[in-house]
Amino acid sequence: MLTVTHYTILSALLFAIGALTVLIRRNPLIMFMGIELMLNAVNLAFVAFSRFLNDMSGQVFVFIVLTVAAAEVAVGLALVVAIFRARENVDVDEIDLLKG
Amino acid sequence: MLWLIPALPLLGAVVNGLVGSRLPRALSSWLAVAFLGAAFGVSVSAVSNLIALPAEERVIHETLYQWIGVGDFSVNVAFWFDPLSAIMILVITGIGTLITMYAVGYMEHEHDYARFFTAMNLFAFAMLMLVLADNYLLMFLGWEGVGVCSYLLIGFWFNRDNLAVGTDEKFLSPRSSATKAFVVNRIGDFGFMLGIILMFWTFGSLAFEEVFHDAEAMFQIGAPVITIMTLLLFLGATGKSAQIPLYVWLPDAMAGPTPVSALIHAATMVTAGVYMVARSHVLYELAPITLSVVAIIGVLTAFVAATIALAQNDLKRVLAYSTVSQLGYMFFALGVGAFGAGIFHLMTHAFFKALLFLSAGAVMHAMNDMIDMRRLGGLRKIMPITFATFLIGALALSGFPLFSGFFSKDEILAEGYSRGAIVLWVVGVLVALMTAIYSFRAVILTFGGKPRWKEGEVVGAHDKDAHDEHGAHGLHPHEASPVMWVPLVVLAVGALFGGFVGLPHILGPNYFAQFLEPVFGGHELEISATLEWTLIATSTIAALIGIFIALRFYAGDTKIPAQLARDYPSLYNLLANKYWVDQIYDYTLARPGRWLANAFWLDVDGRVINGFADGLGHAFRNIGQRVRSLQGGYARGYALAMLIGIVVVIAVVVARL
Amino acid sequence: MNYGALMEAIVFYLFATLAILAALGVVIARSAVRSALALALVFVSLAAMYILLNAPFLAVAQIMIYAGAVLILFLFVIMVLNPRLDIIGARSTAQTVTAILFSIALLGLMVATLIGGQLAPATGIFTPDLIREVGHVQVIGALLFGEFLLPFEIASVVLLIAIVGAMTLARRERVDPTATKRDLKRDLR
Repeated sequence: MLTVTHYTILSALLFAIGALTVLIRRNPLIMFMGIELMLNAVNLAFVAFSRFLNDMSGQVFVFIVLTVAAAEVAVGLALVVAIFRARENVDVDEIDLLKG
Repeated sequence: MLWLIPALPLLGAVVNGLVGSRLPRALSSWLAVAFLGAAFGVSVSAVSNLIALPAEERVIHETLYQWIGVGDFSVNVAFWFDPLSAIMILVITGIGTLITMYAVGYMEHEHDYARFFTAMNLFAFAMLMLVLADNYLLMFLGWEGVGVCSYLLIGFWFNRDNLAVGTDEKFLSPRSSATKAFVVNRIGDFGFMLGIILMFWTFGSLAFEEVFHDAEAMFQIGAPVITIMTLLLFLGATGKSAQIPLYVWLPDAMAGPTPVSALIHAATMVTAGVYMVARSHVLYELAPITLSVVAIIGVLTAFVAATIALAQNDLKRVLAYSTVSQLGYMFFALGVGAFGAGIFHLMTHAFFKALLFLSAGAVMHAMNDMIDMRRLGGLRKIMPITFATFLIGALALSGFPLFSGFFSKDEILAEGYSRGAIVLWVVGVLVALMTAIYSFRAVILTFGGKPRWKEGEVVGAHDKDAHDEHGAHGLHPHEASPVMWVPLVVLAVGALFGGFVGLPHILGPNYFAQFLEPVFGGHELEISATLEWTLIATSTIAALIGIFIALRFYAGDTKIPAQLARDYPSLYNLLANKYWVDQIYDYTLARPGRWLANAFWLDVDGRVINGFADGLGHAFRNIGQRVRSLQGGYARGYALAMLIGIVVVIAVVVARL
Repeated sequence: MNYGALMEAIVFYLFATLAILAALGVVIARSAVRSALALALVFVSLAAMYILLNAPFLAVAQIMIYAGAVLILFLFVIMVLNPRLDIIGARSTAQTVTAILFSIALLGLMVATLIGGQLAPATGIFTPDLIREVGHVQVIGALLFGEFLLPFEIASVVLLIAIVGAMTLARRERVDPTATKRDLKRDLR
């Protein structure tokens, strides 16, 4: 019998893996994928709760998140392109102009 | 109206201090004289007001404002005007005006006249505050103030190194002398301060009225608290009034201009200690042990200083040690309880010692600042007025009958004997003998005999910064100008006739003692007329013997003194080197002190404190560097930090659930 | 035998495992393209989940938007930038280890909270039956244009901004007509 806990634990796992991706990978594109992973994990949690609480606002929220995530990816990738276009390698560690 | 008395010289100091250097010399200097003279006028008027009151009520207590008010404790700026203060202010303003007037002539070649007269007036202000104060704290303010002015005036020629002209004696530079005076005085002041603190702790107040009243009410004679208190205060007095062990600054203070020596180191500042003890007589009468200490130290100092004076060649040094010695007499009087006699001698001494110093100054002025008596001689014909006044001063100092010093010294000795201090009395008589010897030695060597210098001789040529512009020229000694000898004459009159106000009771009324009766209480000498005549005769004979010895040894350029010096070399060296006290102090106190000060400066302040302060700075900089590395612009690092933060927060929240 | 529940469980565990493995694939893959494809697999698995959770519209939207648009965008950018094979790891080993540790810690905390917690009683009106009856799309539509109109409108504005922003950011600045790659490199440095 599946309960909400199953889904949310899955969501937690995906979230953790997404976080790890952001922290460990150098390629900004893959970091972004990690972020997308995290967003998706959260979406899953929302839908799960929506289903088990019989409350649709969770799903509406997911819908909006979907939209915003798409927009964010667009802008983010544009940024990545702008920064890394002229470089040899795509390495986030090289962007350190904000050094303190 | 009493406040005018210190205020006028203060105003003079302010004027001269601010604009004096822009005024012509004559205006600046005569202004100083005028302010002090005006103060004298006000003093006379105040004293006559005082006399108008009946004898038992002769106290005027005038409060200006409250200076300190903390809880129960308050100290006012207020004046206590009684016969004792009256005498003091008359001496300070009267003799002060004369000396300042003399200084107008003496300092006529000085470029920095404004600074000099500022300090002179400032000194007068401080001294007047000292004697008019109605509480110990205000008195201490004046006490410190005169110390500062003394420092300023001794070190007036701070640029010069060696002022000794025409001799190869090595004296301390003015700057070092000033520092020495201040530091030695500080030691005494420390004692004074401890005494004040003890007083505050015991009585809760520092005002004379309250302290004296409470002291008599709360304590028996011989109470330890009072003994300690009076001893501490006396330590301050030994500093200011140059008694053993703190007298060493006074001879070196001769590095200052002669008017300074006359005013500060003869007539007024050094008498502050005497005044203070006399003022505190209520306390001292409750501490017989302290009184004995005072008397013994007084006599001891008088003796030691007189012996040293016998072997000094510099005229001003002779006079300096003489001052120390005479102050010893005053403390002797105070110590045996004859407070009035001590003050009497204070007054007469002020006259004749100032006179002696100013005359010596006239000689210096004439001889291009040369004052080594071995190079002088035969000046009586060239400077007759100075000679006459100096002679009068010497006679008064020696206690020659009918001169002022005779009466005051005689009263002290008589009081000493009658109160049982026989041994001290004997020593006192010996001191009188020696006083006469060195006084007349000075007279003869300076004015008598044949000149040991040549007209036109150039002295002090190596001292290119000579105070006297005549220095480049040869010696052409001449009598002093009127602005200088008029004060001399006035002082001479005082030295001659000033004693008649205090006649021994077998000869006549003692107005002086009567005047002071409300302060000290009446006391009749309880000795028979015969005894008194005997005592008078003894001191007179001692003086005459002394004069005779001096004449015998020094008149006519005899070889006797030189022979004596050769026969008793160790004794002569001991005296000529002032018992090596300065050297002893240097090795035992000054050097360790300086070593300690250096250690504190370099090690404690330099390493520890600076190290701490710098270290603090370095520490912050290092921390800053390290923290800076967190902001590497390294985005993933930020992300990691965020994650850590999130985990921590969630953990905390979960834990609390 | 409750075949419904059994079926549900099998589907769930199947796609759950797939999702996790794919997610791990995203972390581990050296090549960016492979990461992207693994991500696509995650998206699809999640779509399956959504269906299981009675949200078919969302499942479809997920595939269309994520797997269809976002992923393609990722692939295009990868193609443009042509990155080398990525080195996995943070600047220092310590940081890597810390990252892993804290990620595990986060996971642990979340799991602990979830297991220890209890779901609130289901108070909403939208039971699965109701949704099946009315139609999922209809329900979401009604809410979006009704109760949640404002967020909907704002979301569209966000999209507009994103479009403009992306265009602006990715445009080449033609300062110099013949700007070469070398010049731009110089500028950027």
